[in-house]
Amino acid sequence: METVFSILVGLFFAVGIYLILSKHVIRILLGIAIFSNAVNLLIFTSGRIVRSTAPIIPMGEQVLPAGAANPLPQALILTAIVISFSFFAFILVLAFRAYQEMGVDHTAGMRVAEPEGERLPPMGY
Amino acid sequence: MGTGAQSLTLLALLLPFLGAIIAPVLTRFLKHNAAWILALIPLWLFIHFAGFLETVAGGNSVSGGLDWVPSLGVRFSWYLDGLSLTFALLISGIGTLIVLYSGGYLKGHVQQGRFFSFILMFMGAMQGLVISDSFLMLFVFWELTSITSFLLIGFDHDREAARRAALQALIVTGLGGLSLLAGLLVIWGATGTQDLSTLLASGDAMRESPLYLLALVLVLGGAFTKSAQFPFHFWLPNAMQAPTPVSAYLHSATMVKAGVYLLMRLNPAFGETVAWETILPVFGGTTLIVGTHLANRHTDMNLMHAYTTVASLGLLVMLTGFGAEKAIEAAVLYLIAHSMFKGALFMVAGLIDHETGVRDIRRLGGIGRAMPLTFAAGLLAALSMGGLPLFFGFLAKEEIYAALGTGTPWATVLILVAIVGNALMFAVAFMVGLKPFIGKRGETPKKAHEGPPLLWTGPLVLGVSGMIGALLSEPAHALFSSPMASAVSGTAVEVHASTVPHIGLPLLLSLMTIALGVGFYLMQERMRDGVAGSLKAIGWGPDRGFDQAMRGLLRLSFRVTKIIQNGRLDIYLTVTFAMVALTLLLPMVIFDELPSMPDMPMLLPHEWTIVAIAVIGLGAMVYAKDRLTAIVSLGIQGLAVALLFMLFGAPDLSFTQFMIETLSVVILALVMTRLRLSPTDHRPAGEKAMDVTIAGACGLAFGLLLLKVTQIPFDDTLSQFFEAHSLAIAHGRNIVNVIIVDFRGLDTLGEIAVVMIAGLAILALIRVTTPPKQPVSAREGS
Repeated sequence: METVFSILVGLFFAVGIYLILSKHVIRILLGIAIFSNAVNLLIFTSGRIVRSTAPIIPMGEQVLPAGAANPLPQALILTAIVISFSFFAFILVLAFRAYQEMGVDHTAGMRVAEPEGERLPPMGY
Repeated sequence: MGTGAQSLTLLALLLPFLGAIIAPVLTRFLKHNAAWILALIPLWLFIHFAGFLETVAGGNSVSGGLDWVPSLGVRFSWYLDGLSLTFALLISGIGTLIVLYSGGYLKGHVQQGRFFSFILMFMGAMQGLVISDSFLMLFVFWELTSITSFLLIGFDHDREAARRAALQALIVTGLGGLSLLAGLLVIWGATGTQDLSTLLASGDAMRESPLYLLALVLVLGGAFTKSAQFPFHFWLPNAMQAPTPVSAYLHSATMVKAGVYLLMRLNPAFGETVAWETILPVFGGTTLIVGTHLANRHTDMNLMHAYTTVASLGLLVMLTGFGAEKAIEAAVLYLIAHSMFKGALFMVAGLIDHETGVRDIRRLGGIGRAMPLTFAAGLLAALSMGGLPLFFGFLAKEEIYAALGTGTPWATVLILVAIVGNALMFAVAFMVGLKPFIGKRGETPKKAHEGPPLLWTGPLVLGVSGMIGALLSEPAHALFSSPMASAVSGTAVEVHASTVPHIGLPLLLSLMTIALGVGFYLMQERMRDGVAGSLKAIGWGPDRGFDQAMRGLLRLSFRVTKIIQNGRLDIYLTVTFAMVALTLLLPMVIFDELPSMPDMPMLLPHEWTIVAIAVIGLGAMVYAKDRLTAIVSLGIQGLAVALLFMLFGAPDLSFTQFMIETLSVVILALVMTRLRLSPTDHRPAGEKAMDVTIAGACGLAFGLLLLKVTQIPFDDTLSQFFEAHSLAIAHGRNIVNVIIVDFRGLDTLGEIAVVMIAGLAILALIRVTTPPKQPVSAREGS
C-alpha cells in the first residue's frame, strides 16, 4: 500500500510544482492547493497506512484495538489542512486584489517591489 | 596581585564605559562643565595605574583576570609590564587633559554629551587594548577602538567629508583587524598559546615555527593599517575631519600607536629575524619620508600635524624593526615624547582655530601677544618636536642617532632617512608652533584672544611635562623608559640618555638635523610648491584608489544583486525547486540509499478506483483550458484525497478535507469569475521542457524518499504514548481529537489564531478602498 501512496504523492508533487512554475497567478494558486494535498499525503503515508480501523478506543474497552491507524500523523494533518486552507483563501484574495490593482495576472508583470531597470545606487558616502 | 587590586583593575577597565553611559545625562544638566566631573574618571585610572609603577619598575609584572569561556580555555585577563603600563598611563593621563579640553572646545555644541560618551568609550577600549593579555580580549578591544574611532571621526555626520573619512578609517582599520585576528589564530595554532604573556615566555617557539612568516604578515596587516604605515597612511589625514580633541587624542597620541604597541609587544617573540628586520624598517622608513614630504605641502595646521604623525609612526616602526637595544630605547623615548608634544600641538592648533577661526598658517601671524599661554604651550611642544636640548624630544633624537650610527651600509641608509625626516619635522614643528605667534599680525575672522582654562590646561601641561621629563631624566627613565624598553626587548635594559649634550656622533647628527631643519623652515614656500608639483605629476594616490575600490564594490554588488535577485518570481521558483530536487536526490544516490524495488502493491479494486480518480483529477488540472475544468478538477483531486483518508482509517481527516475542498472550490469559483484562466499555457516549449524536468525530478525525489522512509523500521514511541494516555489521563476515546484539543491544545490555539488572522487579512484586503489608479510607471518610480 505504501508503494502506491508513494507514487501518488510523487505525482501530486510533480503536478503541483509544475503548476507553481508557471507565470500565471491562477495556475500558481492551483499548484499551491495541490502542493498542500501532496504534503498532507506525505505525512499520512510516512506514519504507515492501515485499512479502515480509525484510532478510536471502542466503548467499554481500555486500549486501542490491534491494527488501528496511527493517530499522530492524523493530528498533524488536521492542523495542516486547516492552516493551508486559510492560507489558500488568503492568497486567492490577495491575487485577486493584485490583479485588480495592477491589471496583470502573470508574475512577470508584477514588478512593483523590484522594478525593472533599477539604476545604480548613489556613489557618494 | 591581591583580590582587591584585581577587582580595582577590573573596575578600571569598566569605568570608562560606565562614564560613557552617564556622560549625556550629566552634560544635559551641567553643560560643558560636566568635563570637570568626567575628567575624574581618567584621572582615577591614571592614579590607579600609577600605583603599579613601583612594582613594574622593579622588573616585575602585574597580571590578573577572570575565566571567560572556560570550555575553550579563553580568559579575560590582563598583563601589566613596563610597556603596557606606560601606555596605560599615557592613555589615562592625556585622556584626562583631552576630556577637559573637549569641555571647552565643544562648549555649547548640541551633541556635547554624545561626544563625551564616545571619547570615554574609546578610552575604555584603548585602555583594554594595551593591558589585554588574552588574544581574544586584545582583538575585541582592538576592534572597539576602530568602531569608536569611526563614531568620533563621523561626529559631524552632516558633512559628507566626515562620513567618508569615518567610513574609510573603519574599512581600512577594520580589514586590518581581521588580518590581525587571522594572525592571532595562526599564532595560537603554531604555538598553542592564546595569551601574550605565555607567548612572550615561549622563547623561539614562534620564530622557529614554519608558520612564522604567515603569522608575521597577518599581524603586520593589522599593525600597519592601524598605525597608518605607507601605503595605508591615507586614512589618517582624512580622519582630521573629526573635532580637534579627537585628532589630538586618537589620531596622534593613542589609537594610531596601537599598531606600534603591537609590534613592540611582539618584538620578543617575533623580532630578530631577517623578515622582521627588513620589512619593518623598509615600510617605516618609506612612511617617514612620505609623511614628512606630504606634511610640508599643506598649510592647514591639522593636516600638517596629521602627516607628521604618519611620519613619526613610520619612524617608530623603523626603530622597532632595526633590531638593536639602542634602537628600542630610542623608539620608547620617541614614543613618549611624541605622545606629549603631538597631543599638545594638536590642541594648540585647535585652540588657535577656536579663537581666531583660521587654521591656515599662511594667514596666521603675530597672535602670540594675544594668546600668551597658547604661545607658551605651542613653543614648548615645538621645541620638543624639533629635538632641542632640555626637551624630551632631544633625548629621543640623541638615542635614535646613537642607535643608527653603527656604520653598516644598512644603518647609514636609515640614518640618512632619519636625518631628512627629522629635519622636515623640525621645520613643520616651528611652522605650527612658532610662526602663527610671531611676525606681522594677520587678518582673522575672530579677534584673537586667550582661550578659557579648559582649553589651555591640556596643551600647557603636556608641553611643560615634555620639559620636566627631560630635566628629571633619571627618575623618568627609571619609572617609564627603562621598564618599557625592557619589556619591548625582552631583557632588562637601562636607559641613560640625558639632556646634557655629549660631544660625539649623535650630537653632530643632531646639529646637522637642526641646521637642515632651519633651512627647510626658511624656504618653506618653495618646498611647498615643489612637493605640490611632484604630487600633481604622480596624480593617482591610495586615497583616490579607495574611492575607486568603493565604487567598484558598489557596482559589483549591484550586478550580483541583479543576477541573484532579478525580480522575476518564476526564476526564483525554478531555482528553489531545482535545489529541492538536487538536495533530495543527490544524497540518496551518493550514499546509495535508494529504496529497494517494492513488491507489487496489493490494493482492493475500489481503492484502485479512487487512486485513479485522483490521477485523473491531476491530469485534468494540467490540461485545463478553461476555468470550469480547472475548478472541477481541483475538486476531483481534493475529494479523492478525502476518500483516501476515509478508506485508510482517518475519518476525521476525511470530514475536514471534504469541507475544506468544498469551501475552496466555492471561493475559487467566486474569484475566478473575475480572474480569468488563460486558455493556454503561454510557456515556450523550451521553458516548458525545463519546468517538466524540474517538477518531475521533484516528484520523483519525494516519491523515492517516501518509499525509502516506509521501507525502514518505524519508530512509534510517540504514537504509543498518545494511545496509552489518551483515555487514562485525558478521558477521550478519539485519540486524534484528544491530541488536538488536549495534548497539543496550545498548537491548536495557534492554529485558530492563524485562521482568524487570515480571515481578518482577507476582510481588510476586500474592504480597503484604493485611491484613483495611478499610471504603473509613476508607482515604479517612487
